[in-house]
Formats: sequence, structure tokens, C-alpha cells
Amino acid sequence: MTAALPPGFADLEPFADWCLPTEAERYAKRLASSMDEMQEFYDAAFPRFEQILAHLDGYALDALPDDAGRLLALSYSLINVSFPVEVWRQPRVPDSGAASMDAVVEPAV
Amino acid sequence: MAHFPKPAEGSWTEHYPELGTGPVDYEDSISPEFYELERQAIFSRTWLNVGRVEQVPRAGRYFTKELPCAGTSVVIVRDRGGDVRGFHNICRHRGNKLVWNDYPNEETNGTCRQFTCKYHGWRYDLDGSLTFVQQESEFFDLDKDAFGLVPVQTEVWEGFIFVNLDPDNATSVKEYLGGLGAGLEGYPFGEMTQVYKYRANVGSNWKLFVDAFAEFYHAPVLHAKQATDDEARKLQGYGFEALSYVIDGPHGMVSSWGGMSPPKDPSMVKPIENVLRSGLFGPWDRPGIDGLDPLPGAVNPARSPNWGVDSFVFFPNFMLLVWAPGWYLTYHYWPTSFNTHVFEGTLYFVPPKNATERLRQELAAVTFKEYALQDGNTLEATQTMIESRAVTEFPLNDQEILLRHLHRTARGYVADFAKSGAPVDAPAAS
Repeated sequence: MTAALPPGFADLEPFADWCLPTEAERYAKRLASSMDEMQEFYDAAFPRFEQILAHLDGYALDALPDDAGRLLALSYSLINVSFPVEVWRQPRVPDSGAASMDAVVEPAV
Repeated sequence: MAHFPKPAEGSWTEHYPELGTGPVDYEDSISPEFYELERQAIFSRTWLNVGRVEQVPRAGRYFTKELPCAGTSVVIVRDRGGDVRGFHNICRHRGNKLVWNDYPNEETNGTCRQFTCKYHGWRYDLDGSLTFVQQESEFFDLDKDAFGLVPVQTEVWEGFIFVNLDPDNATSVKEYLGGLGAGLEGYPFGEMTQVYKYRANVGSNWKLFVDAFAEFYHAPVLHAKQATDDEARKLQGYGFEALSYVIDGPHGMVSSWGGMSPPKDPSMVKPIENVLRSGLFGPWDRPGIDGLDPLPGAVNPARSPNWGVDSFVFFPNFMLLVWAPGWYLTYHYWPTSFNTHVFEGTLYFVPPKNATERLRQELAAVTFKEYALQDGNTLEATQTMIESRAVTEFPLNDQEILLRHLHRTARGYVADFAKSGAPVDAPAAS
């Protein structure tokens, strides 16, 4: 996974396993992660979010280079873990029990 | 302490006196017999929204829709003339399901020049006509013209594809959707083609989930943790009051305020919402398209500057939410038994121009799922306890007027159907 992310975002390489293209994969990783793991990811990536946006907005959305595409996927994961980290203090939505909800249509990029 | 004016009668509910104000009996949500009547009286004879025209952009594009609530499956296709057609998804030869992949009960979609049955290779044109019969000479005076696919009444309203399974239905979908539908015409639905769709199997009667999304009385309590602590306390103190309610025939709507898009004070919202300028109400900045100002007449009926979202409940199972920041959301509730249903929530945005817009929409979609998971699991807890019949009648408040109306409407359809002397079919396996 060397140089998986664009130059300038090397500090996020330890979290490259969050570069997941589908909501199902991101949500599954969230449920399988500890709060410490997600907090560490959030603490590293969230302060970089404005720089991430500035970098990604330098490209057309349908013509992202591979490294920028991975950074975008990482950003989707950051959004997903923001709920456990900022709100729930646990991976699952409280009181959601066995309830599940599948993304059956999502944007290609 | 009223923050928003109510009708002269003193309440929204009393503005529609036929609704009454007494407690409501929820037997209609726990009775297998009532559900079998609903399948015939409601789902087999009202207009059901099964999709959008964007799902069939060209001739030959099709999708299937499973309708266990009406005991059938339909296939929707755009024909060579550009019309959207619907058919029962059954081969005329010996009844095989015509269009499916791998699992007969799963919905599918694709593109084809014609439909070919997997079983014996009978072929049908996109207009439903039977065009090829394998070993045709083995049949006895087979008139192919008499064995086309069985059509289903199919109409398009504002890009939404509806079917009506009653061959004798004489009401157009436009007429059926009434004043609320007419008042939405012209909204730029067709510009909002960036789609997120979620599906869940829910352990409750379909009406209980409509109930959950047709009132916001629950929001400051059930969803308290989704706001910052200070904001949650404030919201719970206020409670919820709608800007307006409208009842129109079997349909209704609730218009709500929306202080979060954007918030007056950044400390009201979560850090990620501040960075992205987005949240439950969607991206805070409206997309630059025509048709959002002014909005169609049925939207924000109170003409409130604080307006945030309107929720239209089109009977029986189609909800349409129009959000102030310029996007829309649909809910569908597809019954699979008296105490289970499939829920679908679909978000529609103007396609994003860059990654920032894309991520704002992603936050709105992720937030939707967090809320819906809370809502969905509550329903299972409600269903099991209502089924105990330990309590059979429930007091509904003025902010729950649409629930009162929904259950009354469902009971009315069933009663009218029974009165009409229509034959009651044997219960079909679902």
C-alpha cells in the first residue's frame, strides 16, 4: 500500500485500510472496529479534512487519479466513523439491536 | 406554548372533524385477517409508486418489482416508442416468472431487446406481444396474438412510475394524487439524479413505519443524542410543533421547520457538519438549478421563512420529502406479512460538481441511515407489544394527526371493499 494516498497525505497512510469503495464495506469495518481504533483514525484525518477537500476539488469528480480516489474513499469512511466518535461513543447506533439497513444503490464514485 | 398558529378550530385534528379526537384502535396493525383484506382492498387497487423514469432511460431498459402485498411481481420497461409499460412478470406458456436472475424472489434490472423465458424460450417484444414460440407447430391452433404479456395499468407522474393492479381502475394517477400531487408538479425532480437507496427488513406492520415518519413528536426524544447536548436539551424543552398539516382525500402532509440548514450557531451542530456544511437536512447550500425558487404551491403551505422539510404521505405506502436545501427523499413500505415489511429510503440529489459537494451528500445519506436505524428498531419493539393486546387503544395527539388519518383511511378502504360485496380471495401465501 505504499504511496496509496496522494503526496502530502503520507501521515494518513496508516489508515489506508479505510479506503473502501462501498458503503457496505465501510459500515462493516466500523462495526468490526474498536472505539480506540476509530478515534485514532478520526483524530488523524479530521484535522486534515479541509486540506483533503481542497486537494480533491482540484480534479473533476469523474477523472480522479487513483491516489485521489483512495483519499475520497477514506473521506467517506471518515464521515461514517464520525457518528461513533462524535455522537454515539460506540460503533453501533444505540438501541438499533439486530436492525440493519443495506445500501442497495449508491453513486459509482 | 404554541410557537406556530393552528386553525381556528383550535387544533389541526379538529380542523378535519371526520378524524375525531378519541383514542385509536391499532387492531389494524396486528391482525393477519385485516392484512389479507388490505392486500385486496388497498394494495391490489390503488396506485403504487414502483420507481422513477431514470431507471428506464432508454428503450429496452427494464426493472422488476416484487409486490407480495398484491400477490404478484411486475416488470417495468421502456418500449421502442418511448412509453413506459408494466406487465405481470409471468410467462403465458406455463407460468414461469419471466424476468429474474439467480433468485426468483429478488428484484433485478437490465437492458434487453426482448424478454425471453428461461424455461421454454418463449419471447415477448417490449410492448408485451408474443413473438416466438419454441416448436410452435407442436401446439394446437395457438393464436400468438392472444398470448401477449398481461399488462398492468402503468402511468408516469412527474417522473414517478406508478402501477395499479386493478384492471377495472378508472382513476388516473394524477387524479388519484389529488391536490397535494398537483401542488408538487413542476418541482425539478428530474434534475435530482444522484441516488442513494437503502433497504431494510422491518419487523412491524407497514403502517407503523409510516406512523414513525409521519410525526416528528418523537424526534426531540428518540434522536436526542444526534444533536449536541445543549441543543438536545433545548429541542426537548420546545417539543415539536409543525408549521402546517394538510389532509387531502386519502393523502396528507406535514410541513416542518428546519433550524439546522444552516444552523444559526455553529456550536449547535457536530464538528463534521460544520466542516462539510451538511447534515440531516442535506447540504446547507442549495444547488444552482431552476425550479427551486419559487417552489410549487403545495410546498411550505404556511409560507414560513423557517421552513425546513415537507413530508407528503401518499396513500398507501409512498412518502415524498421535499427539503429546503434542494433535494428530495422517498420512503416506501412494502408489506410482506401483517407484522413484517420491506422499507426503502431513497435520497435524490443534483449530481455533485466536485468532491466537496459529493461528500456533503454522503454525510446527508449516512446521517439518514443513522436516524432510520433508530426508527426501525423502535418499531419492532412497538409491534411485539401491540400484539400482546395488553393495551388496545392509544391516545394520539394533535401532532399525530397524519397517523390518525392513515389508520382511518386504511380501515375505510377495507370497510368499503367489504361492503361492495367483492369476493374475498383465499389468503395467498406471501
